[in-house]
Amino acid sequence: MIWVETVIQGLLLGGLYALFAAGLSLVFGIMRLVNLAHGDLIVASAFLILMVVEFSGLNPFMSALIAAPVLFGFGYVLQRVVLNRVLGNDILPPLLVTFGLSVALQNGMLELFSADSRRLPAGGLENQSLNIGLATVGTLPLMTLASAVIAIFLLNRLLYATALGRAFRATSDDPVTASLMGIDPKRIFALATGLAMVVVTLAALYLGMRSNFDPSIGPARLIYAFQAVIVGGLGSLWGTLAGGPIIGVAQTLGAQINPEWQILSGHLAFLIVLILRPRGLFPRARD
Amino acid sequence: MNLLETRALTASYGQFRALFGVDFRIEPGEVVAIIGSNGAGKTTLLRSITGILRQTPDMVIHRGEAIGAMAPDRIMQRGISMVPEGRMLFPSLSVDENLRIGAQARRGAGRWVLETVFDLFPILLERRNSPATALSGGQQQMVAIGRALMSNPELLLCDEISLGLAPVVIRDIYAALPLIRESGAAMVVVEQDIARALSIADRVYCLMEGRVTLEGRATDVTREAIHAAYFGTQEKVQP
Repeated sequence: MIWVETVIQGLLLGGLYALFAAGLSLVFGIMRLVNLAHGDLIVASAFLILMVVEFSGLNPFMSALIAAPVLFGFGYVLQRVVLNRVLGNDILPPLLVTFGLSVALQNGMLELFSADSRRLPAGGLENQSLNIGLATVGTLPLMTLASAVIAIFLLNRLLYATALGRAFRATSDDPVTASLMGIDPKRIFALATGLAMVVVTLAALYLGMRSNFDPSIGPARLIYAFQAVIVGGLGSLWGTLAGGPIIGVAQTLGAQINPEWQILSGHLAFLIVLILRPRGLFPRARD
Repeated sequence: MNLLETRALTASYGQFRALFGVDFRIEPGEVVAIIGSNGAGKTTLLRSITGILRQTPDMVIHRGEAIGAMAPDRIMQRGISMVPEGRMLFPSLSVDENLRIGAQARRGAGRWVLETVFDLFPILLERRNSPATALSGGQQQMVAIGRALMSNPELLLCDEISLGLAPVVIRDIYAALPLIRESGAAMVVVEQDIARALSIADRVYCLMEGRVTLEGRATDVTREAIHAAYFGTQEKVQP
Protein backbone atom coordinates (compact mmCIF):
# COMPACT_ATOMS: atom_id res chain seq x y z
CA MET A 1 0.00 0.00 0.00
CA ILE A 2 2.84 2.35 0.80
CA TRP A 3 4.15 1.81 -2.74
CA VAL A 4 0.83 2.77 -4.31
CA GLU A 5 0.85 5.93 -2.25
CA THR A 6 4.45 6.60 -3.22
CA VAL A 7 3.61 6.28 -6.92
CA ILE A 8 0.64 8.63 -6.52
CA GLN A 9 2.81 11.20 -4.76
CA GLY A 10 5.34 10.84 -7.55
CA LEU A 11 2.68 11.44 -10.20
CA LEU A 12 1.61 14.60 -8.40
CA LEU A 13 5.20 15.80 -8.09
CA GLY A 14 5.54 15.08 -11.80
CA GLY A 15 2.74 17.53 -12.46
CA LEU A 16 5.02 20.30 -11.21
CA TYR A 17 7.89 19.04 -13.35
CA ALA A 18 5.60 18.90 -16.37
CA LEU A 19 4.66 22.54 -15.74
CA PHE A 20 8.35 23.45 -15.49
CA ALA A 21 8.93 21.64 -18.75
CA ALA A 22 5.94 22.75 -20.84
CA GLY A 23 7.33 26.19 -21.67
CA LEU A 24 10.73 24.73 -22.50
CA SER A 25 9.12 22.09 -24.71
CA LEU A 26 6.99 24.66 -26.54
CA VAL A 27 9.95 26.91 -27.32
CA PHE A 28 12.13 24.01 -28.38
CA GLY A 29 9.35 22.51 -30.50
CA ILE A 30 8.73 25.72 -32.41
CA MET A 31 12.18 27.23 -32.85
CA ARG A 32 14.72 24.60 -31.79
CA LEU A 33 15.89 26.98 -29.09
CA VAL A 34 17.25 25.48 -25.88
CA ASN A 35 16.63 28.12 -23.25
CA LEU A 36 19.18 27.62 -20.47
CA ALA A 37 17.61 30.49 -18.52
CA HIS A 38 14.25 28.70 -18.29
CA GLY A 39 14.66 27.76 -14.62
CA ASP A 40 15.74 31.26 -13.68
CA LEU A 41 12.80 32.71 -15.59
CA ILE A 42 10.51 30.53 -13.45
CA VAL A 43 12.15 31.83 -10.26
CA ALA A 44 12.06 35.43 -11.50
CA SER A 45 8.37 35.00 -12.30
CA ALA A 46 7.77 33.69 -8.78
CA PHE A 47 9.41 36.84 -7.41
CA LEU A 48 7.22 38.98 -9.65
CA ILE A 49 4.09 37.21 -8.37
CA LEU A 50 5.35 37.72 -4.82
CA MET A 51 5.81 41.44 -5.49
CA VAL A 52 2.25 41.69 -6.81
CA VAL A 53 1.00 39.83 -3.72
CA GLU A 54 2.86 42.19 -1.41
CA PHE A 55 1.85 45.36 -3.22
CA SER A 56 -1.78 44.53 -3.86
CA GLY A 57 -2.66 42.16 -1.05
CA LEU A 58 -4.33 39.85 -3.58
CA ASN A 59 -3.94 36.08 -3.29
CA PRO A 60 -1.22 34.39 -5.42
CA PHE A 61 -3.72 33.16 -8.04
CA MET A 62 -5.03 36.64 -8.78
CA SER A 63 -1.50 38.00 -8.61
CA ALA A 64 -0.34 35.43 -11.18
CA LEU A 65 -3.21 36.54 -13.42
CA ILE A 66 -1.83 40.08 -13.23
CA ALA A 67 1.77 38.92 -13.72
CA ALA A 68 0.99 36.72 -16.75
CA PRO A 69 0.44 39.49 -19.34
CA VAL A 70 3.51 41.34 -18.04
CA LEU A 71 5.59 38.20 -18.47
CA PHE A 72 4.06 37.54 -21.90
CA GLY A 73 5.27 40.98 -22.91
CA PHE A 74 8.68 40.32 -21.39
CA GLY A 75 8.99 37.05 -23.34
CA TYR A 76 7.88 38.74 -26.56
CA VAL A 77 10.46 41.53 -26.21
CA LEU A 78 13.20 39.13 -25.07
CA GLN A 79 12.72 37.04 -28.20
CA ARG A 80 12.32 40.01 -30.53
CA VAL A 81 15.27 42.03 -29.23
CA VAL A 82 17.72 39.38 -28.08
CA LEU A 83 17.07 35.76 -29.04
CA ASN A 84 15.91 36.28 -32.65
CA ARG A 85 19.29 37.81 -33.40
CA VAL A 86 21.18 34.67 -32.44
CA LEU A 87 18.85 32.01 -33.88
CA GLY A 88 20.33 30.32 -36.91
CA ASN A 89 21.86 27.11 -38.14
CA ASP A 90 24.45 27.18 -35.37
CA ILE A 91 22.99 26.14 -32.00
CA LEU A 92 25.91 27.54 -30.00
CA PRO A 93 25.07 31.30 -30.02
CA PRO A 94 21.58 30.87 -28.49
CA LEU A 95 23.02 28.50 -25.87
CA LEU A 96 25.65 31.07 -24.90
CA VAL A 97 23.16 33.92 -24.81
CA THR A 98 20.61 32.06 -22.67
CA PHE A 99 23.41 30.89 -20.38
CA GLY A 100 24.46 34.51 -19.98
CA LEU A 101 20.86 35.49 -19.36
CA SER A 102 20.67 32.82 -16.66
CA VAL A 103 23.70 34.23 -14.85
CA ALA A 104 22.43 37.79 -15.22
CA LEU A 105 18.97 36.86 -13.90
CA GLN A 106 20.39 35.06 -10.87
CA ASN A 107 22.62 37.98 -9.95
CA GLY A 108 19.92 40.53 -10.67
CA MET A 109 17.51 38.70 -8.36
CA LEU A 110 20.18 38.38 -5.69
CA GLU A 111 20.69 42.14 -5.84
CA LEU A 112 16.97 42.93 -5.76
CA PHE A 113 15.59 40.31 -3.41
CA SER A 114 18.68 39.09 -1.42
CA ALA A 115 19.54 35.43 -0.92
CA ASP A 116 16.73 34.87 1.60
CA SER A 117 14.30 32.13 0.67
CA ARG A 118 10.74 33.27 0.15
CA ARG A 119 7.34 31.69 -0.30
CA LEU A 120 4.03 32.66 -1.85
CA PRO A 121 1.33 32.75 0.86
CA ALA A 122 -1.18 30.09 -0.21
CA GLY A 123 -3.56 30.90 2.64
CA GLY A 124 -3.51 27.47 4.24
CA LEU A 125 -4.08 25.70 0.92
CA GLU A 126 -0.68 24.04 1.28
CA ASN A 127 -1.89 22.17 4.37
CA GLN A 128 -5.18 20.90 2.95
CA SER A 129 -5.53 17.35 1.72
CA LEU A 130 -8.07 15.10 0.07
CA ASN A 131 -8.71 11.41 0.60
CA ILE A 132 -8.97 9.79 -2.82
CA GLY A 133 -9.34 6.24 -1.51
CA LEU A 134 -5.93 4.83 -2.35
CA ALA A 135 -4.10 7.62 -0.66
CA THR A 136 -4.45 10.98 0.97
CA VAL A 137 -3.13 13.64 -1.34
CA GLY A 138 -2.38 17.30 -0.87
CA THR A 139 -4.87 19.68 -2.50
CA LEU A 140 -2.10 21.86 -3.89
CA PRO A 141 -0.18 19.00 -5.59
CA LEU A 142 -3.47 17.79 -7.07
CA MET A 143 -4.17 21.29 -8.41
CA THR A 144 -0.65 21.40 -9.83
CA LEU A 145 -1.13 18.19 -11.79
CA ALA A 146 -4.57 19.27 -12.97
CA SER A 147 -3.12 22.61 -14.09
CA ALA A 148 -0.34 20.83 -15.97
CA VAL A 149 -2.86 18.61 -17.79
CA ILE A 150 -5.10 21.57 -18.62
CA ALA A 151 -2.19 23.78 -19.72
CA ILE A 152 -0.78 21.13 -22.03
CA PHE A 153 -4.23 20.28 -23.38
CA LEU A 154 -4.83 23.96 -24.18
CA LEU A 155 -1.40 24.37 -25.75
CA ASN A 156 -2.13 21.37 -27.96
CA ARG A 157 -5.49 22.80 -28.99
CA LEU A 158 -3.78 26.07 -29.81
CA LEU A 159 -1.14 24.31 -31.90
CA TYR A 160 -3.46 21.97 -33.78
CA ALA A 161 -6.82 23.75 -33.97
CA THR A 162 -6.10 27.43 -34.58
CA ALA A 163 -4.66 29.52 -37.41
CA LEU A 164 -1.95 30.77 -35.05
CA GLY A 165 -0.97 27.18 -34.20
CA ARG A 166 -0.82 26.35 -37.89
CA ALA A 167 1.53 29.29 -38.37
CA PHE A 168 3.60 28.05 -35.40
CA ARG A 169 3.98 24.58 -36.92
CA ALA A 170 4.65 25.87 -40.43
CA THR A 171 7.31 28.26 -39.15
CA SER A 172 8.82 25.43 -37.13
CA ASP A 173 9.01 23.28 -40.29
CA ASP A 174 10.54 25.94 -42.51
CA PRO A 175 10.75 29.65 -41.60
CA VAL A 176 11.75 30.73 -45.12
CA THR A 177 8.78 29.10 -46.82
CA ALA A 178 6.53 30.33 -44.01
CA SER A 179 7.61 33.88 -44.84
CA LEU A 180 6.47 33.23 -48.42
CA MET A 181 3.01 32.62 -46.91
CA GLY A 182 2.99 36.14 -45.50
CA ILE A 183 4.07 35.02 -42.04
CA ASP A 184 6.78 36.96 -40.21
CA PRO A 185 8.85 34.23 -38.52
CA LYS A 186 10.41 36.66 -36.05
CA ARG A 187 6.97 37.70 -34.84
CA ILE A 188 5.84 34.07 -34.60
CA PHE A 189 8.92 33.20 -32.52
CA ALA A 190 8.28 36.22 -30.26
CA LEU A 191 4.67 35.12 -29.73
CA ALA A 192 5.88 31.60 -28.90
CA THR A 193 8.27 32.85 -26.24
CA GLY A 194 5.56 35.14 -24.86
CA LEU A 195 3.24 32.16 -24.65
CA ALA A 196 5.95 30.08 -22.97
CA MET A 197 6.30 32.82 -20.35
CA VAL A 198 2.58 32.52 -19.58
CA VAL A 199 3.14 28.82 -18.88
CA VAL A 200 6.21 29.80 -16.85
CA THR A 201 3.96 32.07 -14.76
CA LEU A 202 1.77 29.08 -13.96
CA ALA A 203 4.82 26.98 -13.04
CA ALA A 204 6.12 29.82 -10.87
CA LEU A 205 2.77 30.11 -9.09
CA TYR A 206 2.82 26.48 -7.96
CA LEU A 207 6.56 26.42 -7.30
CA GLY A 208 6.21 29.44 -5.03
CA MET A 209 3.20 28.11 -3.13
CA ARG A 210 4.56 24.59 -2.65
CA SER A 211 8.09 25.30 -1.54
CA ASN A 212 10.56 27.98 -0.64
CA PHE A 213 12.44 29.66 -3.43
CA ASP A 214 15.49 31.89 -3.64
CA PRO A 215 17.49 33.33 -6.55
CA SER A 216 19.81 30.33 -6.77
CA ILE A 217 17.35 27.48 -7.41
CA GLY A 218 16.67 28.11 -11.11
CA PRO A 219 19.29 25.79 -12.62
CA ALA A 220 18.01 22.77 -10.68
CA ARG A 221 14.45 23.45 -11.95
CA LEU A 222 15.94 23.63 -15.44
CA ILE A 223 17.43 20.15 -15.02
CA TYR A 224 14.07 18.61 -14.04
CA ALA A 225 12.37 20.41 -16.89
CA PHE A 226 15.03 19.20 -19.31
CA GLN A 227 14.71 15.65 -18.13
CA ALA A 228 10.93 15.73 -18.50
CA VAL A 229 11.21 17.11 -22.04
CA ILE A 230 13.85 14.60 -23.13
CA VAL A 231 12.17 11.59 -21.49
CA GLY A 232 8.90 12.53 -23.21
CA GLY A 233 10.52 13.12 -26.58
CA LEU A 234 11.76 16.45 -27.92
CA GLY A 235 9.06 18.68 -29.30
CA SER A 236 6.11 16.60 -28.10
CA LEU A 237 3.90 18.35 -25.55
CA TRP A 238 2.01 15.19 -24.58
CA GLY A 239 5.38 13.50 -24.20
CA THR A 240 6.38 16.28 -21.82
CA LEU A 241 3.22 15.67 -19.80
CA ALA A 242 4.27 12.01 -19.49
CA GLY A 243 7.93 12.85 -18.87
CA GLY A 244 7.26 14.99 -15.80
CA PRO A 245 5.46 12.24 -13.86
CA ILE A 246 8.06 9.64 -14.90
CA ILE A 247 10.81 11.72 -13.29
CA GLY A 248 8.50 12.45 -10.33
CA VAL A 249 7.64 8.79 -9.69
CA ALA A 250 11.29 7.77 -10.00
CA GLN A 251 12.18 10.39 -7.39
CA THR A 252 9.50 9.39 -4.85
CA LEU A 253 10.25 5.68 -5.31
CA GLY A 254 13.94 6.36 -4.74
CA ALA A 255 13.15 8.46 -1.68
CA GLN A 256 10.97 5.66 -0.33
CA ILE A 257 13.91 3.26 -0.51
CA ASN A 258 16.35 5.74 0.95
CA PRO A 259 15.60 9.46 1.44
CA GLU A 260 19.03 10.36 0.08
CA TRP A 261 18.22 8.70 -3.22
CA GLN A 262 15.38 11.00 -4.33
CA ILE A 263 17.23 13.19 -6.81
CA LEU A 264 19.61 10.41 -7.81
CA SER A 265 16.79 8.07 -8.86
CA GLY A 266 15.25 10.77 -11.02
CA HIS A 267 18.56 11.10 -12.85
CA LEU A 268 18.87 7.30 -13.13
CA ALA A 269 15.39 7.02 -14.66
CA PHE A 270 16.41 9.71 -17.12
CA LEU A 271 19.60 7.82 -18.04
CA ILE A 272 17.71 4.54 -18.47
CA VAL A 273 15.24 6.15 -20.87
CA LEU A 274 18.13 7.73 -22.79
CA ILE A 275 19.83 4.35 -23.15
CA LEU A 276 16.68 2.45 -24.17
CA ARG A 277 14.93 5.14 -26.18
CA PRO A 278 17.43 7.86 -27.12
CA ARG A 279 14.73 9.92 -28.85
CA GLY A 280 12.46 9.80 -25.80
CA LEU A 281 9.26 7.86 -25.28
CA PHE A 282 6.99 9.84 -27.62
CA PRO A 283 9.24 11.46 -30.20
CA ARG A 284 7.81 13.60 -32.96
CA ALA A 285 7.65 11.59 -36.16
CA ARG A 286 10.15 13.85 -37.87
CA ASP A 287 12.94 16.13 -36.79
CA MET B 1 2.37 50.33 -66.24
CA ASN B 2 4.42 47.26 -65.49
CA LEU B 3 3.11 45.11 -62.68
CA LEU B 4 6.64 44.31 -61.62
CA GLU B 5 10.09 45.02 -62.94
CA THR B 6 13.68 44.57 -61.94
CA ARG B 7 16.22 47.21 -62.83
CA ALA B 8 19.88 46.28 -63.23
CA LEU B 9 19.34 43.56 -60.65
CA THR B 10 22.52 42.04 -59.29
CA ALA B 11 22.71 39.26 -56.72
CA SER B 12 25.50 37.36 -55.03
CA TYR B 13 25.92 34.41 -52.72
CA GLY B 14 29.04 35.39 -50.79
CA GLN B 15 31.82 35.69 -53.34
CA PHE B 16 29.76 34.11 -56.09
CA ARG B 17 27.95 36.55 -58.35
CA ALA B 18 24.69 34.99 -59.57
CA LEU B 19 23.02 37.88 -61.43
CA PHE B 20 24.67 40.67 -63.45
CA GLY B 21 22.29 43.56 -64.11
CA VAL B 22 19.08 41.76 -65.02
CA ASP B 23 16.26 43.91 -66.43
CA PHE B 24 12.99 42.06 -66.29
CA ARG B 25 9.39 43.20 -66.50
CA ILE B 26 5.91 41.72 -66.45
CA GLU B 27 2.55 43.38 -67.10
CA PRO B 28 -0.73 42.67 -65.30
CA GLY B 29 -2.27 39.40 -66.49
CA GLU B 30 0.74 38.46 -68.55
CA VAL B 31 2.45 35.05 -68.58
CA VAL B 32 6.23 35.25 -68.85
CA ALA B 33 8.51 32.24 -69.15
CA ILE B 34 12.08 32.28 -67.89
CA ILE B 35 14.25 29.60 -69.40
CA GLY B 36 17.88 28.78 -68.96
CA SER B 37 20.13 25.94 -67.91
CA ASN B 38 21.06 25.00 -64.35
CA GLY B 39 22.87 27.83 -62.58
CA ALA B 40 21.72 30.47 -65.05
CA GLY B 41 20.18 32.54 -62.25
CA LYS B 42 16.48 31.78 -62.75
CA THR B 43 15.79 30.82 -59.15
CA THR B 44 17.98 33.67 -57.89
CA LEU B 45 15.82 36.09 -59.86
CA LEU B 46 12.67 34.72 -58.19
CA ARG B 47 14.31 34.77 -54.76
CA SER B 48 15.18 38.43 -55.28
CA ILE B 49 11.61 39.28 -56.30
CA THR B 50 10.09 37.49 -53.29
CA GLY B 51 12.50 39.09 -50.83
CA ILE B 52 14.23 35.88 -49.73
CA LEU B 53 17.35 37.54 -51.10
CA ARG B 54 17.27 41.16 -49.97
CA GLN B 55 18.42 43.72 -52.50
CA THR B 56 18.79 47.46 -52.63
CA PRO B 57 15.24 48.85 -52.73
CA ASP B 58 15.04 50.19 -56.27
CA MET B 59 16.30 47.02 -57.93
CA VAL B 60 12.78 45.57 -57.67
CA ILE B 61 9.77 47.77 -58.45
CA HIS B 62 6.20 46.64 -57.81
CA ARG B 63 3.45 48.99 -59.07
CA GLY B 64 5.88 51.89 -59.03
CA GLU B 65 7.11 51.21 -55.53
CA ALA B 66 10.63 50.06 -54.64
CA ILE B 67 10.30 46.74 -52.80
CA GLY B 68 13.79 45.30 -53.21
CA ALA B 69 14.63 45.50 -49.52
CA MET B 70 11.27 44.33 -48.15
CA ALA B 71 10.86 41.14 -46.11
CA PRO B 72 9.21 38.18 -47.90
CA ASP B 73 6.07 38.31 -45.74
CA ARG B 74 5.41 41.94 -46.70
CA ILE B 75 6.04 41.29 -50.38
CA MET B 76 3.65 38.35 -50.25
CA GLN B 77 1.02 40.58 -48.66
CA ARG B 78 1.31 42.87 -51.69
CA GLY B 79 -0.05 40.04 -53.84
CA ILE B 80 3.10 38.29 -55.02
CA SER B 81 2.93 34.58 -54.32
CA MET B 82 5.44 31.85 -55.01
CA VAL B 83 5.40 28.15 -55.80
CA PRO B 84 8.93 27.35 -54.65
CA GLU B 85 11.29 24.93 -56.32
CA GLY B 86 11.04 21.53 -54.65
CA ARG B 87 7.46 22.39 -53.54
CA MET B 88 8.49 23.01 -49.91
CA LEU B 89 5.24 21.84 -48.35
CA PHE B 90 5.02 21.94 -44.57
CA PRO B 91 5.48 18.31 -43.42
CA SER B 92 3.75 18.89 -40.06
CA LEU B 93 0.62 20.13 -41.79
CA SER B 94 -2.09 18.18 -43.61
CA VAL B 95 -2.99 18.93 -47.21
CA ASP B 96 -5.94 20.96 -45.98
CA GLU B 97 -3.76 22.96 -43.57
CA ASN B 98 -1.08 23.54 -46.20
CA LEU B 99 -3.75 25.09 -48.42
CA ARG B 100 -5.28 27.13 -45.62
CA ILE B 101 -1.96 28.57 -44.57
CA GLY B 102 -1.67 30.03 -48.05
CA ALA B 103 -4.67 32.19 -47.14
CA GLN B 104 -3.19 33.24 -43.81
CA ALA B 105 -2.27 36.67 -45.18
CA ARG B 106 -5.09 36.85 -47.67
CA ARG B 107 -5.82 40.18 -49.29
CA GLY B 108 -9.57 40.48 -49.56
CA ALA B 109 -11.93 38.28 -51.55
CA GLY B 110 -11.06 36.60 -54.79
CA ARG B 111 -11.70 33.59 -56.89
CA TRP B 112 -9.46 31.20 -55.01
CA VAL B 113 -10.84 29.53 -51.91
CA LEU B 114 -10.56 25.91 -50.75
CA GLU B 115 -13.49 24.82 -52.93
CA THR B 116 -12.14 26.33 -56.16
CA VAL B 117 -8.69 24.87 -55.52
CA PHE B 118 -10.31 21.46 -55.04
CA ASP B 119 -12.21 22.04 -58.31
CA LEU B 120 -8.90 22.75 -60.01
CA PHE B 121 -7.20 19.66 -58.52
CA PRO B 122 -9.99 17.23 -57.50
CA ILE B 123 -7.56 14.61 -56.20
CA LEU B 124 -6.62 16.95 -53.35
CA LEU B 125 -10.16 16.81 -51.99
CA GLU B 126 -9.79 13.05 -51.47
CA ARG B 127 -6.43 13.51 -49.79
CA ARG B 128 -7.21 16.65 -47.83
CA ASN B 129 -6.58 15.09 -44.42
CA SER B 130 -3.36 13.28 -45.34
CA PRO B 131 -0.02 14.66 -44.23
CA ALA B 132 1.18 16.75 -47.16
CA THR B 133 4.39 14.79 -47.58
CA ALA B 134 2.51 11.47 -47.85
CA LEU B 135 1.32 12.51 -51.32
CA SER B 136 2.97 11.67 -54.64
CA GLY B 137 5.27 14.25 -56.18
CA GLY B 138 2.65 15.44 -58.63
CA GLN B 139 -0.02 15.76 -55.96
CA GLN B 140 2.42 17.67 -53.77
CA GLN B 141 3.03 20.05 -56.65
CA MET B 142 -0.73 20.58 -56.89
CA VAL B 143 -0.81 21.42 -53.18
CA ALA B 144 2.06 23.87 -53.64
CA ILE B 145 0.25 25.61 -56.50
CA GLY B 146 -3.05 25.62 -54.60
CA ARG B 147 -1.34 27.00 -51.52
CA ALA B 148 0.10 29.89 -53.54
CA LEU B 149 -3.30 30.58 -55.10
CA MET B 150 -5.14 30.72 -51.77
CA SER B 151 -3.96 34.30 -51.19
CA ASN B 152 -5.47 35.33 -54.54
CA PRO B 153 -2.21 36.74 -55.83
CA GLU B 154 -1.99 39.16 -58.74
CA LEU B 155 1.41 37.72 -59.55
CA LEU B 156 2.17 34.01 -59.27
CA LEU B 157 5.80 32.89 -59.48
CA CYS B 158 6.25 29.22 -60.42
CA ASP B 159 9.74 27.80 -59.98
CA GLU B 160 10.38 24.58 -61.93
CA ILE B 161 6.94 23.13 -61.38
CA SER B 162 7.64 20.18 -63.70
CA LEU B 163 10.95 19.20 -62.15
CA GLY B 164 11.18 15.51 -61.30
CA LEU B 165 7.63 14.69 -62.35
CA ALA B 166 6.39 12.09 -64.85
CA PRO B 167 5.29 13.49 -68.24
CA VAL B 168 1.66 12.55 -67.71
CA VAL B 169 1.66 14.39 -64.38
CA ILE B 170 3.33 17.42 -65.94
CA ARG B 171 0.59 17.49 -68.55
CA ASP B 172 -2.09 17.58 -65.83
CA ILE B 173 -0.36 20.40 -63.99
CA TYR B 174 0.21 22.46 -67.11
CA ALA B 175 -3.44 21.96 -68.03
CA ALA B 176 -4.32 23.92 -64.89
CA LEU B 177 -2.21 26.96 -65.76
CA PRO B 178 -4.62 28.47 -68.34
CA LEU B 179 -7.39 28.25 -65.73
CA ILE B 180 -5.21 30.12 -63.26
CA ARG B 181 -4.50 32.70 -65.91
CA GLU B 182 -8.22 33.18 -66.53
CA SER B 183 -8.57 34.21 -62.89
CA GLY B 184 -6.53 37.28 -63.80
CA ALA B 185 -3.21 36.46 -62.16
CA ALA B 186 -0.01 37.29 -63.99
CA MET B 187 2.45 34.42 -63.99
CA VAL B 188 6.19 33.96 -64.16
CA VAL B 189 7.00 30.39 -65.12
CA VAL B 190 10.59 29.29 -64.63
CA GLU B 191 11.13 26.17 -66.65
CA GLN B 192 13.87 24.04 -68.15
CA ASP B 193 11.45 22.44 -70.60
CA ILE B 194 11.61 25.09 -73.32
CA ALA B 195 8.79 23.80 -75.51
CA ARG B 196 6.41 23.59 -72.59
CA ALA B 197 7.34 27.05 -71.37
CA LEU B 198 6.80 28.59 -74.80
CA SER B 199 3.44 26.86 -75.18
CA ILE B 200 1.85 28.89 -72.40
CA ALA B 201 3.88 32.09 -72.31
CA ASP B 202 3.23 35.49 -73.91
CA ARG B 203 6.86 36.48 -73.61
CA VAL B 204 10.05 34.66 -72.81
CA TYR B 205 13.37 35.55 -71.21
CA CYS B 206 16.42 33.36 -71.48
CA LEU B 207 19.10 33.65 -68.82
CA MET B 208 22.66 32.44 -69.11
CA GLU B 209 25.31 32.85 -66.43
CA GLY B 210 23.37 35.59 -64.70
CA ARG B 211 22.58 37.70 -67.78
CA VAL B 212 19.54 38.04 -70.01
CA THR B 213 20.57 36.60 -73.37
CA LEU B 214 17.18 36.68 -75.03
CA GLU B 215 13.92 38.51 -74.58
CA GLY B 216 10.97 38.38 -76.93
CA ARG B 217 7.42 37.35 -77.70
CA ALA B 218 7.00 33.61 -77.40
CA THR B 219 5.58 33.42 -80.92
CA ASP B 220 8.44 35.43 -82.42
CA VAL B 221 11.53 33.75 -81.06
CA THR B 222 13.15 31.20 -83.34
CA ARG B 223 14.60 27.88 -82.36
CA GLU B 224 18.03 29.08 -83.47
CA ALA B 225 17.82 32.23 -81.34
CA ILE B 226 16.86 30.21 -78.28
CA HIS B 227 19.65 27.75 -78.87
CA ALA B 228 22.16 30.58 -79.10
CA ALA B 229 20.79 32.26 -75.98
CA TYR B 230 20.58 29.06 -74.01
CA PHE B 231 24.03 27.67 -74.80
CA GLY B 232 25.85 30.81 -75.92
CA THR B 233 26.76 29.21 -79.24
CA GLN B 234 25.27 29.01 -82.73
CA GLU B 235 23.34 25.83 -83.38
CA LYS B 236 25.18 23.42 -85.58
CA VAL B 237 22.90 22.48 -88.46
CA GLN B 238 22.83 18.75 -88.84
CA PRO B 239 23.66 17.72 -92.44
